[in-house]
Amino acid sequence: MTRAAQILGAAGMAGTVLLGGCEIGPKATQQTGYRGTGMDQIVNVRSAVKAAAIPAPPYALPDDSGPRAKETYQNVKVLGDVSTERFNHLMAAISQWVAPPEQGCNYCHNPNNMASDEKYTKIVARRMLQMTRQINGKWSSHVKTTGVTCYTCHRGNAVPAYKWAIAEGVADPDSIVRNKHGQNSPNVAVGYASLPYDPFQTYLNGKAQIRVASSSQYPSPNHVVSIKDAEKSYGLMMHMSTALGVNCTYCHNTQSFRSWSLSRPQRATAYYGIRMVRDINGEYIDSLTGVFPAYRKGPHGDPYKANCQTCHQGQSKPLGGISMLAANPTLKAPPMPTAAPEGGAAGAAVPAVLANPQAMTQRQ
Amino acid sequence: MALLSFERKYRVRGGTLLGGDLFDFWVGPFFVGFFGVTTALFAGLGTALIVYAASLGPTWNIWLISIAPPDIRYGLSLAPLREGGFWQIITICAVGSFISWALREVEICRKLGIGYHVPAAYGVAIFAYVSLVVIRPMLLGAWGFGFPYGIFSHLDWVSNTGYQYLHFHYNPAHMLAVSFFFTTTLALALHGGLVLSAANPPKDGIGNGEVRSPEYEDAFFRDTIGYSVGTLGIHRLGLFLALSAGFWSAICIIISGPLWTRGWPEWWSWWLNLPIWS
Repeated sequence: MTRAAQILGAAGMAGTVLLGGCEIGPKATQQTGYRGTGMDQIVNVRSAVKAAAIPAPPYALPDDSGPRAKETYQNVKVLGDVSTERFNHLMAAISQWVAPPEQGCNYCHNPNNMASDEKYTKIVARRMLQMTRQINGKWSSHVKTTGVTCYTCHRGNAVPAYKWAIAEGVADPDSIVRNKHGQNSPNVAVGYASLPYDPFQTYLNGKAQIRVASSSQYPSPNHVVSIKDAEKSYGLMMHMSTALGVNCTYCHNTQSFRSWSLSRPQRATAYYGIRMVRDINGEYIDSLTGVFPAYRKGPHGDPYKANCQTCHQGQSKPLGGISMLAANPTLKAPPMPTAAPEGGAAGAAVPAVLANPQAMTQRQ
Repeated sequence: MALLSFERKYRVRGGTLLGGDLFDFWVGPFFVGFFGVTTALFAGLGTALIVYAASLGPTWNIWLISIAPPDIRYGLSLAPLREGGFWQIITICAVGSFISWALREVEICRKLGIGYHVPAAYGVAIFAYVSLVVIRPMLLGAWGFGFPYGIFSHLDWVSNTGYQYLHFHYNPAHMLAVSFFFTTTLALALHGGLVLSAANPPKDGIGNGEVRSPEYEDAFFRDTIGYSVGTLGIHRLGLFLALSAGFWSAICIIISGPLWTRGWPEWWSWWLNLPIWS
C-alpha cells in the first residue's frame, strides 16, 4: 500500500468515526425571519419530539347541572361550585393523569374518609388545582386559549418528569478544591455547555432580570453586568431552547438580542412565560414546602419546581398545541384579570417595558 | 508596466487548457488565456448585477447594501429576480469567476513548468465559499440557506446561523478551524521573524553584520526547541496550516444543519456516554 493510500484510508476511517456522532436523516426547515438573515429552524425529523397521544377522557363529560360538589361532599375548598357530576369527572381524569394506576384515588384520598386531608398529596393536588386555574386565567398572555391541565406537566406521572431544585452545592464553598463555582460541568440543564448550570433559582424563582446588553458602547456605572451573570442568562436561554426544541433564532434576531423590534412575537410569549413560571414556583410550589415530605425535595430541602421543560418537553407548544380545556372545562379559570406587564400599561399591544428597552437595562 | 528584461524568457507559448493559441497572449503584465476572458466576463457581469440589485434596494450606504438569497420556500428552484434571483445569478457569476481564476493559474503553472500548489491552495478558498452558498444549501434543500451579499448583512447571517446551534464554539470542526487560523499566524510570524533576523544581523554583533545563512536559522530553532522544520519544511507546514484552516471552516458549516441540528454542546455527549465511564 502506498503512503497516499494509507493516508486516504486513515482519513476515511476517521471520517466514518466522526460521522457516527452525526444526524444523517432528513431535516425539516422553517424560515423565521427575512430571507438571508439566517433566522431558520432546522430539525432532524427522526429525533424531533413527536406529538404524544392525548389520553381519552375517562367517560363523557357530564352536564354542569344538579347538586354542587360542596353540597354533596365535605371539605371541598376549591371546586365547590362545580356540579357533583363534573367534579367526579375531573377526579377520575386526575387519577388518570397523575396518580399511579395501582393506587388510583387512594394516592390522595383515604378510602375510608375521602374528605380527610391526612395525605400530603391531597393538599398538594388542591393547591395545584388553584394554580392550574390561575395559569389559565391570569397567564393567558403565555398559555393563550390553549391553556393547561394537570396532564400538560404530569403526563401520567405522580411527579412531572422534568423539574428542578436548587443545585447541590460543593462540600466547602470557601475552598478552591473541587469547587467549580456552579459552572464548567456538562449539565443537561444548560444544554451540556460550560455555562452556570443553575439559572433556575435566579431567574425562575427569584426576580432577577435578564439585562445584559447595554444602551451604550461605553462602560457605564448604570449598567454593570458581570460576565458570569451574562453567562447565567445564557444558561437559562440554553434551557429554554432545549425545552422548546428550537434554537435562539426562534425568538431573537441575534443582530441584537435586546431589541424587541427585531425580535419575533414568540419572544413576548416567552417573556410572560418566565414570569408565569416565577408565579408557579413562588406562589404555589414554594408555599407547599412544609407539606412535601423530604423525599419529594431537592438536596437543599426545597420542593421540586417547574421550568420551561416541565410543560414543553421538547415542543415549542406543549402537547403539540392541542388544548384539553374544552374536554375539562372545570379547569378553566373563573374570570380574573390577566397579568399586567411590568411597568404598567396593562392591555397595551406592546407593553411599556417592551417598548422601552433602555429602561430595562438601567440599574434596578 | 514595462516588461522586465529577464521576463521575456518566461513568456513562452503553450500550456493552455482550452482555446489553444487563441487567447495565449498578455495584456501588459497580465496573462489572458481562455480563463482570463471568462474571469473578466463573470466578474464584470456579477459586479454589474450587484450594483443593479443594490440600486433597487433601499440604500446606497456601502455598509448596509444587501442582496439576499431567496426565501426557503423556493427550495432549489429559480426565484424571481427581486426576490433572490439576483443573488442566484450573482452566485453563479462568483463561482464561475473564481473557478476561471483558478484555471488561469493552472495555465500559468503549466507555462512555467511548476507545480499546481497555488491553484490548489486557492481551490480550498473556493471550496470554502462554495460550501456556504452551494453545498450546504443543496444539502438543506433551499438556496435560501446561503448568506446574503452585504457587508453587515452577511455578518448578521453568520451570527444567526451560529446561534441556530446555541453555542457554535462547541462545533468540533469550528474548533479545529480556529486553532489552525491561530497556528497559521503563529507560524507565519515565527517564519517571518526568523528570516528577517538572519537577513538583518546587528552590525556590531558577532558576525559583524554579515547576512546569516539558513543553517543559522535552523540552529536557532534547534537551540530553542530542539528541532527545526527546515527551510522547505516551514513552507510545507505553512501551506498545510493555512489550507487546514480554510478546509475545516468549510466543514464546520457543512455539518451545521445537514449533519447536526441541535446545540453543538450537546454533540459532545458522545464523549460523556463513552462506555469507559458512563
